[in-house]
Amino acid sequence: MKNTLKKWLLNAAMLFVLAVGLAFWVWLPWWGVLAVTVLLALWLLLTRSGRLALAATRIGIASLPQRWGASSVIVVGIAGVVGVLVAMLAMGAGFQATLNSTGDDTTAIVLRGGSQAETNSVITRTQVPLLSTLPGVARDDNGRALLSPELSQVVNLVSKSDGTDVNAQFRGVGDMAWSVHDKVRIIEGRKFDSGKREMVVGQGAKTQFRDMDVGSTLNLGNQTWTVVGVFASGDAHDSELWTDVDTLATTYQRGALQSVTVRTDGKPGFEQFKAAVAGDPRLKLDVETTRVYYSKQGGGLTTLINILGKVIGTIMAIGAVFGALNTMYAAVATRAREIATMRAIGFRGLPVVTAVMLETMLLALLGGLLGCAVAWLLFNGYSVSTIGSNFSAVVFKFHVSPELLWSGLKWALGIGLVGGLFPALRAARLPITTALREV
Amino acid sequence: MKYFSLVWAQLFRSRTRTLLTLLSVVAAFLLFGMLDSVRVAFTSGGSVEGANRLITASRLSITQSLPIRLDAQIRQVAGVRDVTYGMWFGGIYRDPKDFFPNFSVAPNYFDIYRELEVAPDQLKRWQDTRTGAIVGESLAKKFGWKVGDTIPLQATIFPRGGSNDWPLELVGTFRSKDRTVAGNEEQQLVMNWKYFDESNDYIKSQVSWYTITLDNPDHASRVAQAIDAISANSDHETKTQTESAFQQAFVKQFADIGMIVTSIMGAVFFTLLLLTGNTMAQAVRERIPELATLKTLGFQDRTVLALVMVEAILLVGLGGAIGMGLAALILPVLAPQTRGLLPPHVPTATWLVGIALIIVIGFVVGLLPALRAKRLKIVDALAGR
Repeated sequence: MKNTLKKWLLNAAMLFVLAVGLAFWVWLPWWGVLAVTVLLALWLLLTRSGRLALAATRIGIASLPQRWGASSVIVVGIAGVVGVLVAMLAMGAGFQATLNSTGDDTTAIVLRGGSQAETNSVITRTQVPLLSTLPGVARDDNGRALLSPELSQVVNLVSKSDGTDVNAQFRGVGDMAWSVHDKVRIIEGRKFDSGKREMVVGQGAKTQFRDMDVGSTLNLGNQTWTVVGVFASGDAHDSELWTDVDTLATTYQRGALQSVTVRTDGKPGFEQFKAAVAGDPRLKLDVETTRVYYSKQGGGLTTLINILGKVIGTIMAIGAVFGALNTMYAAVATRAREIATMRAIGFRGLPVVTAVMLETMLLALLGGLLGCAVAWLLFNGYSVSTIGSNFSAVVFKFHVSPELLWSGLKWALGIGLVGGLFPALRAARLPITTALREV
Repeated sequence: MKYFSLVWAQLFRSRTRTLLTLLSVVAAFLLFGMLDSVRVAFTSGGSVEGANRLITASRLSITQSLPIRLDAQIRQVAGVRDVTYGMWFGGIYRDPKDFFPNFSVAPNYFDIYRELEVAPDQLKRWQDTRTGAIVGESLAKKFGWKVGDTIPLQATIFPRGGSNDWPLELVGTFRSKDRTVAGNEEQQLVMNWKYFDESNDYIKSQVSWYTITLDNPDHASRVAQAIDAISANSDHETKTQTESAFQQAFVKQFADIGMIVTSIMGAVFFTLLLLTGNTMAQAVRERIPELATLKTLGFQDRTVLALVMVEAILLVGLGGAIGMGLAALILPVLAPQTRGLLPPHVPTATWLVGIALIIVIGFVVGLLPALRAKRLKIVDALAGR
């Protein structure tokens, strides 16, 4: 009775230590992990108990090929967890990266007061000249204000993958747009001519929608449009079609504009411009930097994807922990006599525990690497589209970054840690006499 | 059935192993139960009523509006029973984060959306009160609104007299008949279209969509074509489709949820197969002498095969039932906090797929070990060869 209580207390204490250890592990930055690894390696190589542990590990790993079938459960199980986790997080990261790289701190977007997104905004044409005279607005060599009055129309396009209707953003931009949006470059064909029904398409739009090649025509708003070029901007504009703002306005009979994008004279220029807009009673407008505006657009979705990825990852990790426990218990059980012999000839508890732990961690590391490799090969640069807050498609690419791979590996080793500890303890506690007698 | 206790005893021969395997199966099916519920909720086109209704919206884009005069023209189309319409309002309450859908709709909105029940006196009051609004019960509960309260809605698109304030008087609440989708459906606010049309500064006589009920659902495609023909070659061409097709197309643009769920579950079940398959193989390997003894006692080959098979299916079935059960318990708790992303119940379709999966996985996992058990030669097995 006393013994069982003691054992129970010990196990509970172990669980507690494990929980604390896991929390610490999750928090540990890369240099911390490196330090732990170096310390472990030094201990293994330089101390007597460390060398014993290394020897015991070598014996365990030598017999690994005999248990390949069972051990592959750990590898594949953990690979599955890491693969799904990394893929989900890469999706969130890719989406956020697209929105974050859209805009900068010196470009301002002007919307009607109270409207949260471009779709909801209305700006009358008479307000544009007022804006262009305000202080803080950057000017080109000829003294013209660098601002682009814009109108965005949501249009139905046909998706390339399954032929369904997708909402896309058809943006009309002003004459100065190419200087205002300085990241946008034409990579194929030429710019559109104002006054003609010509458009340039983003490289993201080109991969997602039909009839987007240079020279092809499509029917939008009962008018035939010709695609004359492809542009690249490396951000959310990549999902859009661009044309001249006045041509777009006449096609869709829209008198008012929706937003004005303004290049300002650096950060102080932006503050000046913002204050000037706020101070003018004729302008009831909101001014934000484009960086703030676009990163706000994706906020909810990115958090959602991240939370979802982690919840799914956690449930899968729990399943994988049980699988690892199972495999390692079985491994310890089949090697019971061997381990008992080792302990009979002088291997102490610590080397035995370390040996089983190291073996599990090795398998976990293999699984983690496999999962990372699969996620990277299948999903890095995989391009998908979702709907942004302007009711239109945002094309983005999965971004499998080194940080994500790193956190995937950390998860893998964490699962290995939990899955290996209890079997290792059992191996160390095995009563030598009974184990040796077992058939 | 008479061998059940035997199978049960064999299953728990090695308690730790069975328990650990069981828990992995539970984790896999818990995940399946929740993810597949999301998939079903997003891909099945809502209510049965929804299949009998058509939605007419602008062909150009969903943000483009249609003239109100179409109402009378659509009513003329043969096969149309009733028509209602709505206009997206896009107002916010307090903070953009507290978002809920809000529309201005025709007085007969609730005649067409019959799955939303309103007390007759409240409905009458709403139709008679210019600034009246009706909200879903869940939404009212969430913000603590009571009938008679004024809801200070802020417009994001349509100002009223130069200001964004649209105070509305709450005159009633509606309740979803189908409680499984109530959490989702009861998140709306509807106001009078007439009030909206007269009071907003920007647009007049425009609606976002028409909803049409039919005399006979079989004629849906003919009626849809006839409706679209009214506005063909005009500046407001329409696209008419069933309500479920309309919703599915919209959801699909957010993400291909079916694809995501299928790939995750593929990875999970592949691992699970390997794991339980390994457990079963181990279990049979350990028991070879016992199985041989059974055969010596006169158990036939196919009985031994069945015994192992049943054990595998029982293992997966037990874990699967617990996992799906857990999902069914957790979903109602989680659903209200996810703003309609998670459905509040595990739908029947998911249960059925789950049961099918249990049987298939149990069968696949048990097959090889069971065949091995069947083919055992008594002499070799007892001699330990």
